[in-house]
Amino acid sequence: MTPTPRHVLARWSGVLAVILFWTESAFAHVQKGEAAGFLSGLKHPVSGLDHVLAMVAVGLWGAQLGAPAVWVLPVAFPMVMAFGGMLGLMGVPLPGIEYGIAASAILLGIAVMFEIRPPLAIAAFVVGIFAIFHGHAHGTELPPGQSGLLYSMGFVIATGCLHGVGITIGTVHRWVWGQRLLRLAGGVVLAGGVYFMWKAIAA
Amino acid sequence: MSRPTHQSRIPIYAAVAFAFAMSPLTGHAHLNSTGMGPIYDGLMHFLMSPEDLVPVLALALLSGLRGATFGRRTLFVLPGAWLLGGLAGLAASATNGNAVVSAVWFLLIGGLLALDAKLSLRVTTAIAAFLGLYHGYLNGAGLGLSFPSAAALLGLIFAVFVLVALAAAFVIQLQASWARIAVRVVGSWIFASGLLLMGWAVRSTAMR
Repeated sequence: MTPTPRHVLARWSGVLAVILFWTESAFAHVQKGEAAGFLSGLKHPVSGLDHVLAMVAVGLWGAQLGAPAVWVLPVAFPMVMAFGGMLGLMGVPLPGIEYGIAASAILLGIAVMFEIRPPLAIAAFVVGIFAIFHGHAHGTELPPGQSGLLYSMGFVIATGCLHGVGITIGTVHRWVWGQRLLRLAGGVVLAGGVYFMWKAIAA
Repeated sequence: MSRPTHQSRIPIYAAVAFAFAMSPLTGHAHLNSTGMGPIYDGLMHFLMSPEDLVPVLALALLSGLRGATFGRRTLFVLPGAWLLGGLAGLAASATNGNAVVSAVWFLLIGGLLALDAKLSLRVTTAIAAFLGLYHGYLNGAGLGLSFPSAAALLGLIFAVFVLVALAAAFVIQLQASWARIAVRVVGSWIFASGLLLMGWAVRSTAMR
């Protein structure tokens, strides 16, 4: 006898019910002593929109400027950011961090929006200065009791991946519509920067 | 005597099944109860210890960027020095590695890799030897003097050899300039991790 659709439905409902009621512990959350350090570090840079905007903007700007800036800027940023992080971890004070972070989004947004093309050394210097603010903020926020090395590695890898996202988006620069799109993205970063500056001043 | 019927065998089968069911032995089906044996324990220790793994990876990538001669030199000098350091450490009392020294290795080799430093073969050999001696000594001291420890050390050195072989060979055959730049980006990440590790080490020292 050929099973009717109703029979098939009833059979699959039974299977589904068995699966649903035969649940086991998921162990979906990291336990104490596991790779919490690495995952926390990986998550940290993407947890704040101000950081995300600035880091993606570095990649976008590098893509607009082309070689060698396309790899010099994303290499310079994590290294100088880590230096800022080290200062934060050591307790070296840095005034006006929130303003610096907001200013980074504003100036990087302007650079991408108007496709500003300074000499490579100046572009790397600007990116490096802002990287110190971002790194210092991360360094002072690092949670105690985590695995320092694993946390650091996750943190740096996530930052590098955010630059990679910017560079990948920036590959549309070869087309005219892509250039317009990137300028629009620069405008979005600028708007975000203005918002964060307003928040920093209001706080 | 009549032959046993199929039905009359059922109690016998049931008794056998019952005996099996009532006499369970420890399964040892999971590695947390059995371990992997000392050689694999050593191998896994290396692969799960970023303090050891990352500098070795960085040096293998650096050697690969410089070419096959450098790769071959690192391939044999690093595990050899690791073995010597490990054997010296086996007889020593247990000691913990210094986080600042670990950070310095990250900064040194990561920085050289990021810069694509044109090191001589002699300098590369010296770095491989010092890295192997230092980390081998720490591993050996942590293991303690026993036969399983020596086997674990061998497994660890085997892992170093394989990692260097794979990573260096992978980089040597890279032709595209962007691929070589990607390797240097990895070096910058290692350098950056070293800076943060240095910050952690200083903060931990200050908090004690």
